[in-house]
Amino acid sequence: MKRFDVVEHTADIGVVAYGADMREAFANAAYGMFSLMADLKQVGEETSRYIEAEAGDRESLVVSWLNELLYMFDVERIIFKRFDILELTSTRLKADAFGEKADASRHELRGGVKAATYHMLKVSKDRGRWSVRVIFDV
Amino acid sequence: MARWDGPLKKIDDYRWEIPREYKSGMRVPGLIYASEDMLDSIREEQAAEQVVNVAFLPGIVGHSLAMPDIHWGYGFPIGGVAATRVEDGVVSPGGVGYDINCGVRLLRTNLREHEVRPKIEELLSQIFINVPSGLGSTGKVKVGKKEMDDILTNGARWAVKRGFGTDDDLEVTEEGGCLKGANPDKVSTKAKERGLPQSGTLGSGNHFVEVQMVGEIYEQAAAQAMGIEDVGQVLLLIHTGSRGLGHQVCDDYIRTLREAMQRYGIDVPDRELACAPVKSAEGRDYLAAMACAANYAWANRQCITHWSRECFTRVFGLSLRQIGLEMVYDVAHNIAKIESYEVNGKKLSLCVHRKGATRAFPAKYPSIPARYKEIGQPVLIPGDMGRYSFVAVGSERAVKESFGSVCHGAGRKMSRHAAKRGVRDADVARDLAAKGILAKSASRGGLAEEASEAYKDVAEVVEVCHQAGLCRKVIKAYPMGVVKG
Repeated sequence: MKRFDVVEHTADIGVVAYGADMREAFANAAYGMFSLMADLKQVGEETSRYIEAEAGDRESLVVSWLNELLYMFDVERIIFKRFDILELTSTRLKADAFGEKADASRHELRGGVKAATYHMLKVSKDRGRWSVRVIFDV
Repeated sequence: MARWDGPLKKIDDYRWEIPREYKSGMRVPGLIYASEDMLDSIREEQAAEQVVNVAFLPGIVGHSLAMPDIHWGYGFPIGGVAATRVEDGVVSPGGVGYDINCGVRLLRTNLREHEVRPKIEELLSQIFINVPSGLGSTGKVKVGKKEMDDILTNGARWAVKRGFGTDDDLEVTEEGGCLKGANPDKVSTKAKERGLPQSGTLGSGNHFVEVQMVGEIYEQAAAQAMGIEDVGQVLLLIHTGSRGLGHQVCDDYIRTLREAMQRYGIDVPDRELACAPVKSAEGRDYLAAMACAANYAWANRQCITHWSRECFTRVFGLSLRQIGLEMVYDVAHNIAKIESYEVNGKKLSLCVHRKGATRAFPAKYPSIPARYKEIGQPVLIPGDMGRYSFVAVGSERAVKESFGSVCHGAGRKMSRHAAKRGVRDADVARDLAAKGILAKSASRGGLAEEASEAYKDVAEVVEVCHQAGLCRKVIKAYPMGVVKG
């Protein structure tokens, strides 16, 4: 199954991520976001970080989750490529994220993502398939 | 994408009003500055509806404004300006944006095009090496936690104290490079952690350092006051903001204010318009944190200025005195400021949100540098890297109509992704080279995303502001070389 599509927005860019369940869709949204930042095929799973996010509702939780990962990227320069969502409710998420420190000599780094926004944000389920749409400020 | 088919009532050739009656809940009408030719592309997306949504903000006065570089943002449109009463109005982080104090800084040199052209490649390479750029780039200035508070409180003054530049630089920086009211305690630990490794970095996206040459001079006297004497003179333009620190402040406070909004019984049509009364604890905290991020950005541009000067002296083997590189001006285009204006005959203290809009104060106005008292505050309006940029000065009419604001750049007309599709960095670099412009980018796809085709023609955008009387064009400059983040 396709993990995500890139969606266009005048100044910015977003993803619609898919999953058989909400966990998978949340994981694929994160995968889609890091795909915009680097070629993930070149990135290993050398390190992992445990991540917790909280928010008032399901949609905001997407933003909290992705912005938590961006914070980790800025502070530790880790590009994440695999996400094990350990726990997911509509207000709370716990996950292990796996990736590698960015290295410009080995990784093809693309444009940055500043933040996940609430703009056009949507979590939905259609015929058994979950999708998460999120637009990034780049 | 859905077309926007709302009403645009013609006021004159450059002003289009969205009447209050269009949607119940609008507290003021909308006003878009544009030429008739621009309307079609404006209607192609929902930016005008965002002008309408902003008109819902409690305490908004005058019009919900949009400059001719208007395009679809989140919450506010890019190019949006909104002034709310400090007394009983709100402040909205969405009216500032994620990149708090994203802004531009212009420097002038004593060098001429023929002196710089043969060395442009070497110069760009030096800048590329000495100004950290690109995704996840880390700074060469090592800052501790305590010093971070100093940066957040003192902005560019901190940088000058550390030897990066001089007091003369501060003199011609908006707010002297230090916005008052900054309180580092209101900035989250996370935001500070993001800021630590990125101090003095350019970042990625549309940020750049560009070597330019003066192409046309429209107003000799104003140009002279800026140290710009003739065509062919070389300039340097720096565009960057507050990096991850600013993004985290924005994200933190959108969340805080969304919760606060419910307590204050405020309802807005878009989540990205989260807001709180300017005078509430939450509103004041946001403004104190925003000032910190703004100061971080000014410190950032000041560091980059210093390293750029070092690159020039190294490459040309001349002293800084011989080269020049004095600052013309530094101005923010993503910021909220407390300023006072006369509205319906009454002097009001207002919170002016400029989201992709530039402050443009006229001659004799308080708070502009002595050097520019006779001509007005310089307004820096960069275009895309394949065309040209403008410098203008503010006018009286901007104070009367647009809360002392004008456009901030070219404005996008297609998504970065669409711009990139089918276009490769190498193609863009070759096209630019054919025009005599050398371009270097730290990120793959960095040039393709910023290709000229992705932007409106900044000349048309500036022309609208000029014709509408909001500012006056002073010079036009052409790029010679650009380092993209």
